[in-house]
Amino acid sequence: MSESFSSSEGRTIVLALIRAIQDNAAYLSDIDGAIGDGDHGINMNKGFTLAEKNLSGGPVALADALDGLGDTLLTDIGGSMGPLYGMFFQEMGGACRGEETITPQVFQAMLTAGLEAIQSLGDAKVGDKTLIDTLVPAREAFAASVGAGDDFATALQKMADAAERGKESTRDLVAKIGRASRLGERSRGHLDPGATSCWILLRALAEASRGLLGA
Amino acid sequence: MQRLINDPNLVVEDMLKGFVKAHPDLVTVTDNPRVLKYVGAPVPNKVGVVTGGGSGHKPAFIGYLGRNMVDAVAVGEVFSSPSAKAFYDAFKAADGGKGVACLYGNYAGDNMNVKMAIRMAAKDGIEVKTVVANDDVPSAPKTEREKRRGVAGEVLMWKVGGAKASSGASLDEVIAAAQKAIDNTRSIGVGLTPCTIPAVGHPNFTIEPGKMELGIGHHGEPGIQVTDLKSADEVAAMMVDTILPDLPFGKGDEVVALLSGLGATPVMELYIVYNKVEELLAAQGISVYKPYVGNFFTSLEMMGVTLTVMKLDAELKSLIDLDAESMGITQFKRA
Repeated sequence: MSESFSSSEGRTIVLALIRAIQDNAAYLSDIDGAIGDGDHGINMNKGFTLAEKNLSGGPVALADALDGLGDTLLTDIGGSMGPLYGMFFQEMGGACRGEETITPQVFQAMLTAGLEAIQSLGDAKVGDKTLIDTLVPAREAFAASVGAGDDFATALQKMADAAERGKESTRDLVAKIGRASRLGERSRGHLDPGATSCWILLRALAEASRGLLGA
Repeated sequence: MQRLINDPNLVVEDMLKGFVKAHPDLVTVTDNPRVLKYVGAPVPNKVGVVTGGGSGHKPAFIGYLGRNMVDAVAVGEVFSSPSAKAFYDAFKAADGGKGVACLYGNYAGDNMNVKMAIRMAAKDGIEVKTVVANDDVPSAPKTEREKRRGVAGEVLMWKVGGAKASSGASLDEVIAAAQKAIDNTRSIGVGLTPCTIPAVGHPNFTIEPGKMELGIGHHGEPGIQVTDLKSADEVAAMMVDTILPDLPFGKGDEVVALLSGLGATPVMELYIVYNKVEELLAAQGISVYKPYVGNFFTSLEMMGVTLTVMKLDAELKSLIDLDAESMGITQFKRA
């Protein structure tokens, strides 16, 4: 098993993200129907499917592939998720630009850059019932695992597991921000759609990366 | 779904094509398919007025493109904010060299996309300032006014901002007038039925037959009270009683009263409600200087109405009085 993968595998990674959204579009809209307006999966699927058309057929640098995905989301999705995920992927791409291989250190820098991009747009904190509830613990789990000396593949698995726990934590939360916050107490008992799509994306990112590591 | 559509995922595209064909004297396309502009835009040496928002609210937002009104509009999916790129392209389409006033409603997605679009425009040297409408009284307590949503009061903000820009005012003066308009404006909605986003195919909230929801939002956001359906006069009283104390409005005030249908309520019924609204305002010594009754800001096929009241001063009166030509509002001074 390898401790890094080539940065020319952008197509593999981004295609995995696109497939994950396409496969879960109906599920995400159903979740959104409970506390939002039921279109989260539709809009995400529209943006990610368009990104697939814009993705070049041959090998592409991870930085360029993520930047392209982010650009499509920013240009075409709108809503809240367009800017949030658009900036997330663009900044992740920026953090690995120029790297020949993706090491745990580069990957951690990508997660940090993506998180900071989202935090620069809104002021959601952990506990507000947003995708921050998925992303913050996922990044922390990855960093802690690398810090403890785990291999890259294990750290990725721990990241995905933490993302899932973070997503599940939103079920018992009352939304403090975004459209669901208008529901107040009525938002309790339902998963947050953004936290759920964030988990789906991080899980796909972990699985695709682990595949490239031979795990 | 009893709806006249083709591909439910392309309702916005199909609607835009028809809109441009129907109003060639007022609007035209731009390089961005999600941005329409007034045929005269950019007007040289005039502050550009831009707005944008999700679709499904006709005449809002593109229906207010026109002379002495809005110069460019960013168009989103149904009930979903336009992209940052769309807002940015709208700024460019509207910029006549004196800066751009972006007058929009307080929603999480719009706030983020406008913020990013302003960063993009700054790189081009286009100065953009904003006013964020928050006229919907039931959406948050008065102590948290910054959390309130923007609803039909946005129409009056555009009327005032558009008129001020046409007077040759600076960007700061346009922003100040639009801000004053929304600060002096309060709104409330009443919903009688839910509405369905075509691509979703079913309503995502319910209002039982025989019930109504006071304070409902433009996308079905929950209101403050679900009651048995009342008479038009009683509904008028509930709306007036909720919004008047909030500013507050009082004896001697002159106001604009805008009563908008939410999409499926017969226009006839809007006049039935307005009759009582005017009477209740008059009973409190508040006179309606300028009424607007019709479908000004809708929510797909929701049944219900919104009431918006704006307190006037001399400046706001003259701006409300200015001629306007747009699909949503066309008015001329009597000779």
